[in-house]
Amino acid sequence: MKAIIQVENFASSLVGTLWTPVFVGIFIAIVVYALWPRNKSLFDAAARMPLRED
Amino acid sequence: MTGPSSVSKSMTMGEAGLASALAAFAFISFLGAAMGHDAAFSFHASLACAASLIAVIMIGNRYLDRPAELPPAEIGGRPNYNLGPIKFASAMAMFWGIAGFTVGLIIALQLAWPALNFDLPWTTFGRLRPLHTSAVIFAFGGNVLIATSFYVVQKTCRTRLAGDLSPWFVVVGYNFFILIAGTGYLLGVTQSKEYAEPEWYADLWLTIVWVTYLLVFLMTLVKRKEPHIFVANWFYLAFIITIAVLHLGNNPALPVSLLGSKSYIAWGGVQDAMFQWWYGHNAVGFFLTAGFLAIMYYFIPKRAERPIYSYRLSIIHFWALIFLYIWAGPHHLHYTALPDWAQTLGMTFSIMLWMPSWGGMINGLMTLSGAWDKLRTDPVLRMMVVSVAFYGMSTFEGPMMSIKVVNSLSHYTDWTIGHVHSGALGWVGFVSFGALYCLVPWLWNRQLYSVKLVNWHFWISTIGIVLYISAMWVSGILQGLMWRAYTSLGFLEYSFIESVEAMHPFYIIRAAGGALFLVGALIMAFNLWMTVNAGRASETEGASALQPAE
Repeated sequence: MKAIIQVENFASSLVGTLWTPVFVGIFIAIVVYALWPRNKSLFDAAARMPLRED
Repeated sequence: MTGPSSVSKSMTMGEAGLASALAAFAFISFLGAAMGHDAAFSFHASLACAASLIAVIMIGNRYLDRPAELPPAEIGGRPNYNLGPIKFASAMAMFWGIAGFTVGLIIALQLAWPALNFDLPWTTFGRLRPLHTSAVIFAFGGNVLIATSFYVVQKTCRTRLAGDLSPWFVVVGYNFFILIAGTGYLLGVTQSKEYAEPEWYADLWLTIVWVTYLLVFLMTLVKRKEPHIFVANWFYLAFIITIAVLHLGNNPALPVSLLGSKSYIAWGGVQDAMFQWWYGHNAVGFFLTAGFLAIMYYFIPKRAERPIYSYRLSIIHFWALIFLYIWAGPHHLHYTALPDWAQTLGMTFSIMLWMPSWGGMINGLMTLSGAWDKLRTDPVLRMMVVSVAFYGMSTFEGPMMSIKVVNSLSHYTDWTIGHVHSGALGWVGFVSFGALYCLVPWLWNRQLYSVKLVNWHFWISTIGIVLYISAMWVSGILQGLMWRAYTSLGFLEYSFIESVEAMHPFYIIRAAGGALFLVGALIMAFNLWMTVNAGRASETEGASALQPAE
């Protein structure tokens, strides 16, 4: 029982410690995706989406 | 299930299922009305019973009137957009807007002249104030968000709204929730949680409606014809999902009886306070910000006929807002029993929010590059651009007020009311007005009745906002300084009633500002009414260009 609680405490503190760098990592990945030069044409087209008429 | 046109007409599963469910609900509500422990509960159960029966009849009539086949997804290769529920929500937005602004004016006048509560329980400030906040935020703002989200998601996905009856269930069900919530406040039914006042049964109903809303929106995205999901849809989706999570997190309650209106919230003490302001501030962040930013990202480019200034910035803006906003709530609980570290955390994230907020503001404003001249001729665009300027202003002021030393002066004073209204009237109000001025002519295929009246609306309301917020700044800072003034002997310099007396002139100025804002909205309602009922048919469908003002 004690061992289970210890493992649980370890796991929860690990998750508690890790999510900050994980979220920062995800956010940096999003910024890189947004600024990646090859994506420019996709985003330039998307910026005009409200203007299209069907 | 309907087959080819030769096959005889039969009810869809949705029609039969919803009609049966509502009929059963009418019966249960009837029992609830008869056996209810308090008058308010019985009244609400009667409303639910009547509304369910009317809905069953309307589903039946709709079935009898419609052709054997449901409306096609496309006509002649073009998407057959579902506009009916959007028209309904737009009309309700205008109705609730006028109602909410009127109640706001009444309570502003009550603060200046307390006798105006007429010594009746139903018209006291404590009951009318949540009626005002819910009417403007959830009824007016909510209907604007539902209407515009259903429009934008169809247009940018080039597909018909998912579901047949479900979009109608969302718009009508949501407005029924507003009716139950609003009449409840007047009758004294409340959870006493700010912006989450509706009692347990109203909360359960809203959960059903909101999950349906989420499903309609998601399924429309799933069947989109465009590979890319436009940024406004991301903002709308974040708004819908987060509001669902906030609503469920803040409202777990145990009713005293299943036949009574009173319930007790599951959270206790400071945990309840923390949940409440996690909810409360993210209602600001995801209802009043993310949802209306979606409007900004679609309606401003469309109206200005310019692409979004930087789509890359819009992606970063979106994700930065999502990652940061959810942590800002504790700034509502500075210097309370909430642990100090949590207060500092809330303050820190609030300050970080400056960056994405201003990024978004710059993106909205710079979308006018090459079209600035339109501000001179198009008051609708001007309204939306000024709303973005107010967004920038109030998202500067908010983080500043979240700093603990500033908050020690501003908290519990009218400064907070002024801050909220520069955001609510200036940002949310104006961007909603702008969107409705665009949307109503598009939906009914009309030209706007009068651009001149929009101009009048714009100036009258702008002057109203300036009177409102400047009066509240002065009164709030005055109040804060009077409360903390000490004499040389260490006694408080002013009694509380002296600070109340000092507020009086500013309360009158604030009421005058609110009255102007209401007058502007009445002009708008007249203009939109005339657009729909007496307007000229639009020359080119979906055209956003207007005649220049004289």
